[in-house]
Amino acid sequence: MNTIPNRQVICDTLLELAQHDRDIMVLASDSRGSAAMAPFAKAYPDQFVEVGIAEQNIVGISAGLAHSGKKPFVTSPACFLSMRSIEQIKVDVAYSGTNVKLVGISGGISYGALGMSHHSVQDLAVARAIPGLSVMLPADRHETKQMIEALVQYEGGVYVRIGRNAVEDVYESDAYEFTIGKAVTMREGTDVTIIAAGETVRVALDAYEELKEAGVSCRIINMHTIKPLDEDAVIHAAKETGHIITVEEHSVLGGLGAAVAEVVVQYAPVPMRIIGIPDEPAIAGKTAEVFKHYGISSDNLKMVALHMLGKQEKN
Amino acid sequence: MEIRELQAKAAQIRMDLLQMIFRAKTGHTGGSLSNTDIITALYYRIMNIDPAQPKAADRDRFILSKGHSVESLWAVLADKGFFEKEQLATFSQFGTKLIGHPNNKVPGIEMNTGALGHGLAVAVGMALAAKRDGVRYRTFCLMGDGEQAEGSVWEAAMAGAHYKLDNLIAIIDRNRLQISGSTEEVMGLDPLEDKWRAFGWNVMVIDGNDMQALIESLEAVPSVPGKPTLVMANTVKGKGVSFAENVPHWHHHVPNETELEQALTELSAVFEFYQTEGQGR
Repeated sequence: MNTIPNRQVICDTLLELAQHDRDIMVLASDSRGSAAMAPFAKAYPDQFVEVGIAEQNIVGISAGLAHSGKKPFVTSPACFLSMRSIEQIKVDVAYSGTNVKLVGISGGISYGALGMSHHSVQDLAVARAIPGLSVMLPADRHETKQMIEALVQYEGGVYVRIGRNAVEDVYESDAYEFTIGKAVTMREGTDVTIIAAGETVRVALDAYEELKEAGVSCRIINMHTIKPLDEDAVIHAAKETGHIITVEEHSVLGGLGAAVAEVVVQYAPVPMRIIGIPDEPAIAGKTAEVFKHYGISSDNLKMVALHMLGKQEKN
Repeated sequence: MEIRELQAKAAQIRMDLLQMIFRAKTGHTGGSLSNTDIITALYYRIMNIDPAQPKAADRDRFILSKGHSVESLWAVLADKGFFEKEQLATFSQFGTKLIGHPNNKVPGIEMNTGALGHGLAVAVGMALAAKRDGVRYRTFCLMGDGEQAEGSVWEAAMAGAHYKLDNLIAIIDRNRLQISGSTEEVMGLDPLEDKWRAFGWNVMVIDGNDMQALIESLEAVPSVPGKPTLVMANTVKGKGVSFAENVPHWHHHVPNETELEQALTELSAVFEFYQTEGQGR
């Protein structure tokens, strides 16, 4: 079982890359601990900027740094970064075309017991609505590493959302090819497709096994880039499997499910279900408990798939 | 450019921007007239800029945080040759790049602004990059006084002092009026200069419509090592047009033909005065 959280992987990756790239900068809003960026701050004090608890400021300053040729990575809790400073993200990053990477840490319901103020389950909807801003979620530590390496090379505004705790690997190693905007088909299947992103990819892979036992051929897609969305992968899945289920650690409004639905209804209408947090202040609890409560679980995905296929077992 | 020439230039810019606003039938007249002297001083005397190389690495940076007062800046950039002066006729027209706020698709504009309280944080980032890289450009940020009510201004003010950015110069166009009336009625700011001093800035208070005072204060920065500078430029909203001066209504009022003619007559007289050598002030 992997014990390295993605935030630590981000720090390690940036530490490695910063040796050869003096333009990489990390910014924190009193979050160097929660973002696991303390080692970076220590190793490269000239490439680290602390702004204090000021999320509007961290984005504005990053835009100014990027304007001057720096490659800033803003590391701040997703709940505040995606909301408190959204106007700075819209105007100073996206509209002005500055090369800022916004890394929302402890996203989703990572801060489970802290309540709605600290849950970040609207961030994908908000970020997705901003022209020019890309939106990504890595599924495990291997993907996180590759994603950060790709983002150092990529010019433009990006919002990346990661969780707080270590997640089980979905890839055996980082020896696969991560490409921004190109979905990964994790399992082939012909009856139904489950599209997941971030930490729900693990849940989808577990559902694959359960559905396989139930005699259902399920395709699993890791949609690590929600924007720009890999429309071809969605259209092929709809046409080839006839049923789509999405699962996300986000409100059912405006996130992965909505992004997929926008493509499905326009280009390949098929039955679809969106699994996520309903439009309510999410219940408090540990991630696993909250996931179970809202059906972000392999059992529920199996049940929804069987129901869609008309094979629902009574339970 | 000498003081007298700068004064004539400011009168010309005021005439240009009034004609832009009259043609477009929209614009922020009062605040553009109040900040014209500041922008003229910066672009014709203070800043190291080259219209032929708008992205030169060592150029001084200018951020118009009070983005709605862009008319004076468009007129200056056109006059300096960043783009063809004829383009001013497209101001606020369908599909134009010369919109009602700074737009960095136009040469000479560094960042898009328009939402208030953003400029200073961006300027802090630019000044911080210069410090970290040991590059000598300066970053100027012009804010409105009504804008001081935005909390984000003070986040950036704190950071500017914390990082000892003596290459950062913020200027407040202190015309004491905002869209709903007097700044002190809408949300009291005084003693504004004390607030900036308390935030660790080197503060200069000047008459922001006095070209001599502007040049003296802006040429003096960076003046205190390790401190960012705040120039509190006391100005008159609607400056240069007798019937618009200090009238809140002119925040975004558009002159009619009679008003335009009168304004141009008044400003032409100022222009002629400063163009004619040998006359005292």
